Amino acid sequence: MVALRLIPCLDVADGRVVKGVNFVGLRDAGDPVELACRYSLAGADELVFLDIAATYEGRATLVDLVRRTADAVTIPFTVGGGIGSIEGITELLRAGADKVSLNSSAVRTPDLVAQGADRFGCQCIVVAIDARRRSEQEGCGWDVYVKGGRQNTGLDVVSWARQVADLGAGEILLTSMDGDGTQAGYDLELTRAVAEAVPVPVIASGGAGCLEHIAEALIKGKASAALLASLLHDGVLSVEEIKQDLLRRGLLIRPLENEESSHGDNGS
Amino acid sequence: MKTRLGLIDYGMGNLHSVQKAFERLNSSLQLVRHPDELDHCDALILPGVGAFDPAMAHLEQTELVPDLKRWVQGDKPLLGICLGLQLLFESSDEGLSAGLGLLKGHVQRLPTNQGERIPHMGWAPLQQQNDCPLLEQGDPGSWMYFVHSYAAIPSDASNLAATAAYGQTNVTAMVWQGRLGACQFHPEKSAKAGQRMLKRWLQWLETGAKILS
Repeated sequence: MVALRLIPCLDVADGRVVKGVNFVGLRDAGDPVELACRYSLAGADELVFLDIAATYEGRATLVDLVRRTADAVTIPFTVGGGIGSIEGITELLRAGADKVSLNSSAVRTPDLVAQGADRFGCQCIVVAIDARRRSEQEGCGWDVYVKGGRQNTGLDVVSWARQVADLGAGEILLTSMDGDGTQAGYDLELTRAVAEAVPVPVIASGGAGCLEHIAEALIKGKASAALLASLLHDGVLSVEEIKQDLLRRGLLIRPLENEESSHGDNGS
Repeated sequence: MKTRLGLIDYGMGNLHSVQKAFERLNSSLQLVRHPDELDHCDALILPGVGAFDPAMAHLEQTELVPDLKRWVQGDKPLLGICLGLQLLFESSDEGLSAGLGLLKGHVQRLPTNQGERIPHMGWAPLQQQNDCPLLEQGDPGSWMYFVHSYAAIPSDASNLAATAAYGQTNVTAMVWQGRLGACQFHPEKSAKAGQRMLKRWLQWLETGAKILS
């Protein structure tokens, strides 16, 4: 069994963290790089930055942020938001991002997924899917939304996930818009439906409110990783608490590195 | 004298992260894009992210291939990372190009019958198989970050330094032969454990790069 991952997600705009982060002792709670370092030291397995403004003017700031993060952080990280071309992908990977996440642009130009995977390898290309459950009148299943959740594409989430995996996406970042921000739990049915439909790893996102929810997403939802935002940023739970809980439940998780630092030669 | 390190830049991979990892260890890497630049190096790093055939094509464009072969055959130190490990072998399921052939064996697609996802993406503890200067004796198994869809199968079992569990089977995580070594995982992305491994490589180089008997 491959170890499950915990991935803090930072929403950024113009090089700053957008949602407030409730960490004790932060010099600058709005600095994404300082936060990224904190989460990395706290035992996060990867990080995700989402540029929620994704403006043309903000692009240079995002590239600079990626470069500074790559300088300081020693775990893999993904960058998403407004990436619409091979040039855009190239720029962020060159700046030091390990993966890029495509969302609206993948729907607009599915070939971008294939081109990105051909050029950089599928492990670099994450496709983010924002899913909303259809109403009872509309039938079962979920619709794919784009433009930050404002526009329904009419695409079926499970078919779309299958399609992008075929095109070469190496991972799917699956957000339940119904769950997002509610802290009422991940949409397990959605997560499981997608995880069972594709061979690539699925990151569950949207709705985590307690330890039970995270464990459920990984066990019942069959997700390979859990994305965590406000739960961590608001200080409700720490990465350490979540990892200890998952380990207690017998799941395979990378243990915290603290014990290892007794070797004393971390090179700094 | 401090070991002079060269990082082969053939347009495939996240050089920035590798450079930063060595900077944290107070070592700088000189980019190598042309055979002339090898004269200033004592040890080389072959990084790589992407697919096998484009990587070999890019490497051939640098005209470094014959020199790299001489380098390794002359027992000079080289460390491959990720795709840089796979390129050391003779061939790969992923492409039609011949690899560097510096290690005997073939690179295979990860098995699909293990109930695991492809790519293999995430952290895994190393399981030591043979002695290797980069592995600490009695190390409880450092966790490293993997991301790959193919894995090398060395023909010579003694080349297999470490493996990682994947479903009910194990995949090649590290290979070693003489002064040639390589990691399938990304030590530069593996937090403190990865940093410690790179430091051990540097220490091994600084202390004469002894070949294990």
